[in-house]
Amino acid sequence: MLIALLLAFGAALVAPWVTGRLGRSAGWLLALLPAGLTLYFLSLGPRVAAGEPLVQRVSWVPQLGVELAFRVDGLALLFGLLIAGIGTFVAVYAGGYLAGDRQLPRFYLLLFSFMAAMLGVVTSDDLILLFVFWELTSITSFFLIGFQHESEESRANALQGLFVTAGGGLAMLAGFVLLGSMAGTYRISELLASPAVLVEHPAYPLALALVALGAFTKSAQWPFHFWLPNAMAAPAPVSSYLHSATMVKAGVYLLARLAPALGGTPQWFWLLTLVGGATVLAATLLTLLQRDSKRLLAYSTIVALGTMVLLIGVGTPAAIKAMVVFLFAHALYKAPLFMAAGSVDHEAGSRDVTRLAGLGRSMPWTWLAAGLAGISAAGLPPMLGFIGKELAYEGLMGAPWLLAGLIAAGAVLLLVAVQVAWVPFAGRTVRAPKAPHEAPPSMLVGPLALAALGLTFGLVPGLVQDGLMRPAAAAVLGAPYAFDLYLWHGLTLALGLSLLTVSLGVALAATWRRWQPLLLARFGGVRVGPVAVYEGGWRWLLRFAALQTRFVQSDDLRHHLTIIVAFTVALTGGVALWRGGLESMVWAPSGAYLHEFLYFAVILLATATVVRSHSRLVVITSLGVVGFGVAFVFVLFAAPDLAITQFLVDTLVVIIAALVLIRLPSSALRGEGGRDIRWLSGAVAIAGGALITGLLLAVTGLPFDGALTRFFEANSYPAANGRNIVNVILVDFRAVDTLAEVVVLAVAAGGVGALLRRRLGRGDADAARREPDGGAQ
Amino acid sequence: MEAYLAVVVGAVFAGGFYLVMQRNLLRFVFGLILLSSGVNLLVFTAGGISRGAPPIIPEGASVPVGEVANALPQALILTAIVIGFGLTVFAMVLLLRVYERLGTLRTDRLTAHLDDPQPVAGLPDDEAPA
Repeated sequence: MLIALLLAFGAALVAPWVTGRLGRSAGWLLALLPAGLTLYFLSLGPRVAAGEPLVQRVSWVPQLGVELAFRVDGLALLFGLLIAGIGTFVAVYAGGYLAGDRQLPRFYLLLFSFMAAMLGVVTSDDLILLFVFWELTSITSFFLIGFQHESEESRANALQGLFVTAGGGLAMLAGFVLLGSMAGTYRISELLASPAVLVEHPAYPLALALVALGAFTKSAQWPFHFWLPNAMAAPAPVSSYLHSATMVKAGVYLLARLAPALGGTPQWFWLLTLVGGATVLAATLLTLLQRDSKRLLAYSTIVALGTMVLLIGVGTPAAIKAMVVFLFAHALYKAPLFMAAGSVDHEAGSRDVTRLAGLGRSMPWTWLAAGLAGISAAGLPPMLGFIGKELAYEGLMGAPWLLAGLIAAGAVLLLVAVQVAWVPFAGRTVRAPKAPHEAPPSMLVGPLALAALGLTFGLVPGLVQDGLMRPAAAAVLGAPYAFDLYLWHGLTLALGLSLLTVSLGVALAATWRRWQPLLLARFGGVRVGPVAVYEGGWRWLLRFAALQTRFVQSDDLRHHLTIIVAFTVALTGGVALWRGGLESMVWAPSGAYLHEFLYFAVILLATATVVRSHSRLVVITSLGVVGFGVAFVFVLFAAPDLAITQFLVDTLVVIIAALVLIRLPSSALRGEGGRDIRWLSGAVAIAGGALITGLLLAVTGLPFDGALTRFFEANSYPAANGRNIVNVILVDFRAVDTLAEVVVLAVAAGGVGALLRRRLGRGDADAARREPDGGAQ
Repeated sequence: MEAYLAVVVGAVFAGGFYLVMQRNLLRFVFGLILLSSGVNLLVFTAGGISRGAPPIIPEGASVPVGEVANALPQALILTAIVIGFGLTVFAMVLLLRVYERLGTLRTDRLTAHLDDPQPVAGLPDDEAPA
């Protein structure tokens, strides 16, 4: 499994190169990898069906108990087959859809990265590993939604999708950590084995809520549903792959995966059925407002996802059976529908179903694929979608309200199928923005094959019943569950409800042209609920950020520094007082000679003068005096090297400062801030000085550790042949530091040189014009 | 002894802090100079001071004879003095350029002038009553 994943990631890396070499036929070659992965998963089928999951473990971060643990059971196998299988056709389809696009190499890189990450999500047996792959899918989804990155709308939608899914992902990570600490393990198979520990733990509701948040955001459940329709900014292959067949089902996968460990409680039931039900309801109503074929499909995807969450929440064997079959059927019909909608957009130039008609003549094969998938989507026999819908009705027999919602949703799904798979194609008169023609073979293989699979499995459900559906349901239920799938159930209540659904749907579709414009006119521009909250929150966030930035990072250097110094002093002082850092402070004023006091007094006076004086000459002189005072301190306390350097540097600083000041007006030091600001900076400065004094006293009050000094004293001559220990440290023991110091000086000198040269080079006229003004002031 | 020096260091720091929080860029640079002197003295004092001999090994011996001053902080400060010098000079030349380009040294007027490339003559801003 690890090898398969590494292969997939490796393929992602070489895909751009292959695409660059082969051009438009690259899709066919690249599709071989997912095809190979599909075969690999198929080869795992028999052993998984026999109840022997494939397990593989490689140690990753043993200190944290995180490992590369993989486990392929029935559920993982079902998802793996969907991801790799549909991935094969999407790779081929994209080759045709994006033919000639300069970005095609990048597209394949992202597509295969996503595929590898998604396979990782469904095969991980470790919560942390699952999270890593999960976030990878969010990130690749971000790049794929924003694929047309020149479009601002596209970028905004990508960001929205990322915010919602990655935000939910973070909540999910917190939930995972909670689960891990509750059970003492991050391994999913071990969590599943000990549900009692988790369910009875006091933190269970919190962990459940956090994990569910991750699942709900990813699977576009209400109130986080709004990112998915906006994700339709992505190219059609992406919509078909990520945003209908695979990635958005990751949330469903997670809930199904953890159902044996977390499910079966009232909290689980209510949370999932309420959110799932609300999702179905909201998406059903919103679907009625759509005209864009991809958005129609997106909302119907949300309806389907809500149904799956609902069924997992109900959690009875019948419901789980329905969920698994419905999930499989949905992937098989929604992916080709998206591809067909993309083909129509590509070849006829529009996704607005009201602007299209009669394409069936010029695009017969696309129509065939869309038609087959559409019949499945509408829940009509003899397709797999029909079986899935019937089972869903049966699974919800105990809950009439949910059932009623599902029937309404089913009617709307039929309406969507008609709008996408019938309306644009049917009729004699051809209406399209550009002359339609049939899609190339690469864009026909995928939809046709997937739709045909939906038909085949519908006619002969036994093909997937034992090998795929039963093991998957068993994995969700946590126990083996034998069931049989039939296309024809006999005259049951579910069949009656199906008939009701179909007649409702047909009625809706027949009158669509009459009521839809009215509905759109009334509610089209209304933005309420979660979207409004998101957009409002976004605006407030930006406004708050601007406000905060203006406060903390104003244009004024003085504000910056006041904030920095004040916070440094307050935090350092606060921590020092709180943690007892100043306890070693000793106040022992003794042992100074009179001449030493003299030097100290000179430094203090000169400092005060620098602060107070407004005369350039006085300030420079006082600065020089401070420097010389420091140098004398070095002389007093046995540091001749320092004293010499300080004298030299101080002299240079005074000279350069004088040179600079000559070029500035005599008023250069006037014009301070208002009195209140001066009070504030004065108070902060005095507090800072006092803090430094206190810290220094505290440090000198501690016993001194001279080990390093003793080392240098002992080795200076024997090892480095130098008698001046300070110099030996600089040029020998710490020679690299000194080299770096030289580099810093060289850089500073270069900067000074550049600044001065610029000044001369920019024309003397400039300087001449300003010079007299400056002097006059 | 250390107690007095600690007070001196604190005072130099306070002066430096005060100056870097001023509206005038020139004063800011002066504050920087004071702060680097203060830091040097701080390290010097914290490293333990003595009035003994400088850390030099006399002829004929392979280790220092008797009590000598701590060599390590001296080596650190030597580096710091030179680096501080580089910083100061760069800051002053930069300041000069800023004034020539923008015509003001007031930190709150700098960005206002950034938008109009014409240099403003003199320091009219400074005449405003504080």
